[in-house]
Parts: sequence; C-alpha cells; structure tokens
Amino acid sequence: MKNEAIKVFQKKKKNILEAWMKFQLEDEGLREDLMSNEELRSQSDDLINAFTSNLKDENIDDPKSNDFEPIVDILNAVSIARARQGYSPRETGMYVFSLKDALVSILQQEIKDPQELYTQTIKITRIIDNLGISTFESFIKGREEVILRQTDEISEISTPVIRVWDGILALPIIGTLDSSRTQIVMENLLQEIVESGSSIAILDISGVPAVDSLVAQHLIKTVSATRLMGAECIISGIRPEIAQTVVHLGIDLSDVITKSSLASALKAAFNILQLQVITKRQQSITNNQ
Amino acid sequence: MEKIPILRMGNLLLVTIQVDLYDRLAETLEADLVQVIKKTDAQGVLIDISAVSIIDSFMGRIIGNIATMSKIMDAETVVVGMQPAVAITLVELGLPLKGVLTALNVEKGMELLKEKISRKEDNRGESDDGDSE
Repeated sequence: MKNEAIKVFQKKKKNILEAWMKFQLEDEGLREDLMSNEELRSQSDDLINAFTSNLKDENIDDPKSNDFEPIVDILNAVSIARARQGYSPRETGMYVFSLKDALVSILQQEIKDPQELYTQTIKITRIIDNLGISTFESFIKGREEVILRQTDEISEISTPVIRVWDGILALPIIGTLDSSRTQIVMENLLQEIVESGSSIAILDISGVPAVDSLVAQHLIKTVSATRLMGAECIISGIRPEIAQTVVHLGIDLSDVITKSSLASALKAAFNILQLQVITKRQQSITNNQ
Repeated sequence: MEKIPILRMGNLLLVTIQVDLYDRLAETLEADLVQVIKKTDAQGVLIDISAVSIIDSFMGRIIGNIATMSKIMDAETVVVGMQPAVAITLVELGLPLKGVLTALNVEKGMELLKEKISRKEDNRGESDDGDSE
C-alpha cells in the first residue's frame, strides 16, 4: 500500500508548485534582481518533479537513502549556481526550507487525521532538512572553488618583472614564497633576463610577510640561477624583522648582495653598471668648466 | 669522432658548444682544452653554451671542472649564454657552479674576460698583495 503523503504529493504536484511559488514570492528575501520569476519557477518545477518521483515507500523513513541522490544533485547545482550569482547561503537555505512549508500546507489540506498528519509531517521535515543541509555544503564547496581560483590568479599576476633601467630588472615579490611560486618567479625572471639582455636583477622582498629557512632557500636558489645566467642579483627590501629572523635561523646570505630598500639596491646597480645620476644643475656646471 | 672546436683569438680561447653535450664529448673537450691552454698560453677561455638545452649533473660537473682547471692554469674562464631551463636545472641539482664566471652573451663575456685579464696584469705590475675589488 502506498504511503498517504506520497500519494498526495504525486496527485497534487501542480498545487505544491503553486503553493511553493506563493511562499517564495511572499518572502521578503526574494531576489528578483538576481533571478527572474520564470527562471525561479522552472527551477522549482524541476525540483518538485525530482522530489515526487524519487520519494517512495521504502525511503520516506530514511532521509539518507541513496534514492535522494538525483534531488541532491539538482540542489547542488542550484546551490553552486546561486553562490556564483551572489545569493547568500541563508537565501539558498530558505529556498529549500520554503518547499517544506508548501509540502506541509498541502498535506494539511489533504490529510484529515491529525495523528497521520503529524507522522507524515515529521518524515517530510526530516527529508527536507537533510536536503537543506546539503545545499549549505555545496554552497561552501562552490565558494571554496572561487577562492581556489582567485588564489591561482593572484599567484599569476603577482610576479611581474619590471624593467627599471636599461639592463636592470626589478621583481617585487608580494605574498608568501612557496616552492611553486618560486618556480614561477624564477622562470619569469630568467626568461626576462634573456629577452632584455639585462645584467642586474633586483629581487624586492618588502612584500614578503615572513622569511623562514625555506623561503630563504628559495631566494638563494633564484640568486644562484640568475648568477648562472651571467647576471647579478640583488635582494632588497630586507626589513629589520626579516634581518633578525634570518640571522637567528643561521641562514648564510653573505654571498648575496642585500640592500634594505629598492632605492639603495638601484643605487648599487648603477654602481655596478658604472652609471651616475646627476642633477641638471651639476651637469651644466661641468659643461661650463 | 665528433669534436668541439677550440678557436684561438689573440690570447683568448673560444669554445662554442653547438651540439648537445654527451659524456664522451665533454670528456674529450676537457682534455683538449687543457692541452690547448698549455700550448697557446691563453689568458682567458670563453665557453658558449647557448645551444645546450639539456644538462645533467655529470655535464654540470664537467663544465665546473673545465672552469677550475683553466683557472689553476692561469686562464680566466667565462661561461656564457646559459639557457634559463639549464640554469634552473643546475640550481635544482645543487650545482650552482660557484667560482665560475658567467655572462649573458658572448659580447658581455668578452668584455668581462678582457677586464679580468687587464686587472690581473695591473696587479702583477704593481705586485701588490690582496685582490682588487
């Protein structure tokens, strides 16, 4: 014999959709700016169809049944899509929980026996709550994907190689240096050295929050590689805290030219290239002499 | 057998490696070069490895060896034109070729060599102690 609630749901699919849409449209949190009503209706319709066709006698007592997977899949897709559109998790959660209101209100109309109504309501509540939680989970997953993508983008854009002078390259490193990033930094730098024929590279680490032995090792590697290419490498932007940690950790940076600021590094680079910066006034004086 | 030519330019020797080095070739080069340095009394050696795209630890060591050998035979050695990938490989292999002079291209390498040689001669003339900075 078929469960009373399932029979009601399958019979009253249209009414559920109407009731649900009514609840959603009445809700203050409706985001018409993000999704049109037609879109919302078709999305809701899909969900009700999946729900009613997968709800069976065997699984109505078991919210964790595998039979609900198609519904969970649809909900996950909805949730991730909504996360990207900018819905808050509360709004997505309310969307699912308002289905419960709709289902229960239909049950109320159809089932007259209070005892029966109570047991069926509890069962439905359990199932819908479970579905609601799964939307939260996939919402978070969707957000994490966004964060991951952004991390990738940051590491890609955060390693520019700048030509500050003919033959002098600067590479401001911002953010933590890890192996994969060092690899990118090194490759970009060496490539640029070859392309521009520069003989000096300045690695500015004022944007690196902390230097530990691993980061220092990465820096030394980069310096060694530039040396092998036949260019000199200067590390600039050594903050007092960094100097302290480097010495405390016993890292030997004596083979590397280090400067406290980019300006002094540039000065050192000019010195190596035997360039001189003079004011125009000085220049005119020397010309007159 | 294949051989890497060693060209003489005044008091300098020019070695351009145009093929990917393999072990035997590198060993032959090593032996040949010290012989030529001896014969010509060269002051400097310039090794162009711009065409070398693959390098292993053995080859890295050979290049380092050649540089050290010429140095103790009183010839400055400059390795020029290393490709980025080769440089990264050597560093990852833990062979930063310390003590070997490097330059970006042949032109810069020549300049560096000439400067080194003239400085060396100056020092000899003055017979001062201590290396100049």
